[in-house]
Amino acid sequence: MDISLQNVGYFYSKDTPFEKRALQGVDATIHSGSYTAIIGHTGSGKSTLLMHLNGLLKPSEGVVRIGDTTISAGTKTKGLKDVRRHVGIVFQFPEHQLFEETVVKDIMFGPMNFGVSEEEAKRRAYELITLLGLPEDVAEKSPFDLSGGQMRRVAIAGVLAFKPSVLILDEPTAGLDPRGRKEIMELFNHLHKKEDLTTILVTHSMEDAARYADNLIIMSNGTSVMTGTPEEVFADEEKLASYRLGLPRSVQFQRDFEKKIGRKLSDIALTEEQLAEFIAKAALEEGADSC
Amino acid sequence: MKEILSLEQVSYSYPTDDDEVVKAIDGVSLSVKDGEWIAIVGHNGSGKSTMAKLIIGLLFPQDGVVNVFNEQLTNENLWDIRSRLGIVFQNPDNQFVGSTVQDDVAFALENNGIPFEEMVKRVHESLKQVKMSEFLDHEPHHLSGGQKQRVAIAGALALRPNLLIMDEATSMLDPQGRDEVIRIVQELKQRTGLTVISITHDLEEALLADRIFVMNKGKILQTGTPDEVFKHGEQLESIGLDMPFALRVSELLRKNGLSLEGEHMTEEELVNELWTSHFKM
Repeated sequence: MDISLQNVGYFYSKDTPFEKRALQGVDATIHSGSYTAIIGHTGSGKSTLLMHLNGLLKPSEGVVRIGDTTISAGTKTKGLKDVRRHVGIVFQFPEHQLFEETVVKDIMFGPMNFGVSEEEAKRRAYELITLLGLPEDVAEKSPFDLSGGQMRRVAIAGVLAFKPSVLILDEPTAGLDPRGRKEIMELFNHLHKKEDLTTILVTHSMEDAARYADNLIIMSNGTSVMTGTPEEVFADEEKLASYRLGLPRSVQFQRDFEKKIGRKLSDIALTEEQLAEFIAKAALEEGADSC
Repeated sequence: MKEILSLEQVSYSYPTDDDEVVKAIDGVSLSVKDGEWIAIVGHNGSGKSTMAKLIIGLLFPQDGVVNVFNEQLTNENLWDIRSRLGIVFQNPDNQFVGSTVQDDVAFALENNGIPFEEMVKRVHESLKQVKMSEFLDHEPHHLSGGQKQRVAIAGALALRPNLLIMDEATSMLDPQGRDEVIRIVQELKQRTGLTVISITHDLEEALLADRIFVMNKGKILQTGTPDEVFKHGEQLESIGLDMPFALRVSELLRKNGLSLEGEHMTEEELVNELWTSHFKM
């Protein structure tokens, strides 16, 4: 399902004395099957933007297209249920939304709300418990008896349970330790490929954006200021810096290294693994040259 | 050097319904000297936050003794000891009470009955120390994450603490905010000799400490300077911590068949090593 935004603007508390502009002139396209990262500082409009991607907010100006559905200021909310079934959002700290008596019931809530039968919802719940690497015996436990990392997985399962084709992740690793972060990010990467999802990741980790995404949207002051592939966006260090954003560490290291040796490597290292590979290759060439 | 904090054989377990009791802190002993910067690192659930709660007297140990400023921490002296501690928590939004930055910094001073003139002086002074003087009349909620934590640090500093405790104070910040906060604490430490205990799972931050305590399953797994601790890289990775970037890249370079002399904690050192060993002709 392709998503596109054309000249999207949004005001909070419109037509009141508290009116506050949150978005202005946002243009972006998210192709079906892509992995898009939305990057920006606190207050740059990332969260407001993501609520436009499943019709939780309707744009005050401009148009949002989600598949065949067009949403603008006058669109009736009633027609948006279908969109919401296709677009799942994992909010920040999703474990705060757990509420049921047992893990299974909590995961079943979403799909049953969208009209899936009880048996089918239950089947999916058990499937997801395994898929998310949770121990099987959590199924009948209260979600509140689980560890923080496990609670987060249950909450994520609750979103996956209604089989969205677009998955939006709002800083899904906030508050987790390094191992937990890596596990969750690898899990989403796996799901992205296996389930053929369109994945949208809201993050301030340049490293995660560089490693996982194939499409970037940089937000600053409520508007989209840079879009493109990671290679394109990270090639323009100065422009990024003007929005107070840095390069991913591997790219920053590559730049420092290039400065030191006085020449450029041919490719941009989006991960630590690539960085080590490119440098080792360059060292080999250097050795060959000097012989 | 004077000892500022010590734990002697401290154990703590949270009450549960199960018969099986898991100790969150299990027989921990440690000592912190005046002027040190200590990093307590560990993954989620390793016991490091429980340790923080024991140090500031939010919890009392079932076994062992916690001494702060050479006094055993008890219900009786708790408030006296706390008035000499500065504490900065994880979520900046949960600790604001004032409607402006200066009101917020003044809050604890007011609670401690500091006279008005002295209060004004200290508020200005501590905001200057964290480079937030120009934000005196701003609303705390409109600041960036890094700025909020700097205000929280100013609030702690205004009490002229002998010990500053940061409980995951940078973990919810974006990279810029994190750098801002760390830089400020580094400067403070150099200028004023403040003792800092930082509880964190960010090993890059721990690199800056004088000593690191590595926690796992409620026990101290390792203690030492950053150089000493990071020698046992695989062990840190096996308990869910991430090695500093330069060490991770060094390991990957070696896997790609590149020889490197020694260990390099920072990017700059590693770039220099690469230059010297492989590219300088």
